[in-house]
This record gives sequence, C-alpha cells and structure tokens, in this order.
Amino acid sequence: MSRLNEPEFASPGSERRRLSPRGLAEGLATALIVAGVIMLMQPFSLTLYTYSFAVTLAGTVLFVVGSKFPA
Amino acid sequence: MSPPIIDRAAASTPPALARHIRGLSDRAIAWIFIAPTIVLLLAINIFPLIWTIRLSFTNFRANRTNAPVRDVGIDNYVSILTDPEVWQPMQATAHFVIWTILIQTVLGFSLAWAIDRKFRGHGFWTTVILVPMMLSPAVVGNFWRFLFQPQIGLFNYGISAVTGVPPSSFEMLGSVALAPWAIVIVDTWMWTPYVILICLAGLRSIPDYIYEAAEVDRASPWRQFWTITLPMALPFIMLAVLFRGIENFKMFDMVNLLTSGGPGSTTEVASITLKREAFEKWRTGYSSAFAIILFVTVFGLANIYVKALNRVKSR
Repeated sequence: MSRLNEPEFASPGSERRRLSPRGLAEGLATALIVAGVIMLMQPFSLTLYTYSFAVTLAGTVLFVVGSKFPA
Repeated sequence: MSPPIIDRAAASTPPALARHIRGLSDRAIAWIFIAPTIVLLLAINIFPLIWTIRLSFTNFRANRTNAPVRDVGIDNYVSILTDPEVWQPMQATAHFVIWTILIQTVLGFSLAWAIDRKFRGHGFWTTVILVPMMLSPAVVGNFWRFLFQPQIGLFNYGISAVTGVPPSSFEMLGSVALAPWAIVIVDTWMWTPYVILICLAGLRSIPDYIYEAAEVDRASPWRQFWTITLPMALPFIMLAVLFRGIENFKMFDMVNLLTSGGPGSTTEVASITLKREAFEKWRTGYSSAFAIILFVTVFGLANIYVKALNRVKSR
C-alpha cells in the first residue's frame, strides 16, 4: 500500500476543516437570511412571499444567538 | 512658572464637588460619562423600536388617538404577507436593488481597476468621479428631474444625439416602462463612486510581489486578473454589494423626489408603500408591522454585512 495515503503524508489542504458551533450557526443563519430575502422579493410564488418573514426572522435570531456560541 | 493645567482645574473645582468626585470609583465615573449617550440611545432608538413592535399587534390609527385600541395579534403581519398589493412593491424594490447592485458593481470595479493604474491627472479625476457621492439625495433628485424633462432635459437630448430619437418623444419619469430605469440610472450615477472607493481599497491591498511572481511564471494579464486580482478583491466587492443592497432596500428620498412611486405604482418601492400606509391611510398598526418586516430584513442583512466586514478586517 502506498505510504502517500497515510495521514502524515497527506497534504494540509486535504484535511477537512472542522466547523465550530458558532461557524455552523452563523453559516446556517446566513443561508436562512439570504433565502428569506430572496423569498420576500421573488415575483413567482405568493406562498414563498408569505413565509419569507418567518425564514428571515429565524435566520436573524439564529445569527444573534449563534454569535454567542463558542468559536 | 505657572502650575500645570490639571492642578489649576483641580484648584478651581468647588471643595464640595471635589470631595464628592474623589469618593467615586473609576467605574462610576465611566458610567457618568456614558450615561447621557445611553439615555439618548434608549430614547431615540430603542424606545421607538419597542413601541413600534407593540403597535404592530394593534389596530391603532395615529389620526384617531381617542378611538379604542384593540389587540389584533399577528393579523397585521398576516395581511401584509398575503396581500398581492404589498407583494408588488417588494418586486419593484427587487428590480431596483438587483439592477443597481449589478450595474454599480460591474461599473465600479471596472473604473476602480482603471483608476488603480497610474495615469496623468490620476488624483484630479479620482476626485471628480467621487463628487456625486458627496451630494445630498434631495439635490440629486431635484436636478435629475430637470435632466429628465422631455422638452428641456439634457438627458433626453443626449439620448437623442446618440440614437436619433426625438427628445420629446419619450418621458423617462412619466413612462411605465422607463421610470424604473430612470431611478436605477440616478442611483447608479450617485453611488457608483462609493463602489469604486471600496474596490480601490481592495485592489490596493493586493501586494505587488504576487504579481511579480506571476510575471516570473509568465502568467498572462488575463490569467493574473482571474487568479489574483478578482479573488483577492472579492471580499471588498462583497462588502460593497451588501452595503448597497441594504441601502437600496430602504431607499426612500430619491425615489420619492423623482417619481413618488409613479406612474401608477410602477416605482412604488417598499418604503414608499410604508409611507402611504402610515401617513396617507393612517393605518399606524399595519404600517408598524410592515416597518418591522423591513427592519428584520435589513437587520439580518446588516448582520451578514458586519460578518463580511470583520472577515475583510482580519485579512
């Protein structure tokens, strides 16, 4: 078996970055906020428009709470 | 030699006050200094916000203050979020936001890239380009109304000179098809310099040695642009996009001066609808709910903006 597959020979870029709880919460919150804004302004579905505020609010609350999580 | 100023100030303080101050801790003195700011902030920011949230759950009307106020729960929110007539202004806002951001970003980045290379009169032209950003939106709105006049407006004559169409044959602010583009043009004219400034900061933060290394590796200018310039300036571009997005989402003054939402409701952006509901129909509770919806959206975007700003700062 090739030694290149062993961890000590793996390149630094190949290591998967672990997301912290704060990073995870902020990433999810950002996605929710962006989705909520798109839902609010899109011209295609009134149903999406109806639920846009709930999605944006959830994202904003998650962002505010998530930013207090450990980094 | 006269005593230092601090000793003279201490000597001139009345003994009773001096005794009182000497008894305070550093923390207490700090609180005394910041208390006026906190009180002001609470009075003009936090209290109105809490009051607006409270009103958004009622049927309160500001022109009938003696009428009984009834709690309506989330009815105001439900009626805003299910009303196609409120949905339409959101789409007008989207048209305005998307096109202004797209044009301003492309134009702003291109101009910043051009300005970044030194040329004769570089400082002078940079200052000239930045002038529109320094003007008041009220001034800009008023003089663009004159520029868009079909009979005497320079804009129409300019278009006429380029296309051959008679200047009085089209009306930028009175036409359903052209009015949304008129406000996009004015906003682009005014705020592209801001995008230029941010992009310029991004471009100037790229170290020269990266380009020198690319030259050694015989990378073409095109490849240098795609692999060095654009990726390294991208956080700054994102910053400009987010900031302009937030500002244009709540755009009121310029649109109000140029078209007041017309013709019909073609350019009625969300803030114009809010003003109409609050101060023409006097549905204060309903408009408070609408204001909270816009606030939460802007607040959410502002959070992302601050996060992006911190990322740029940490570079």
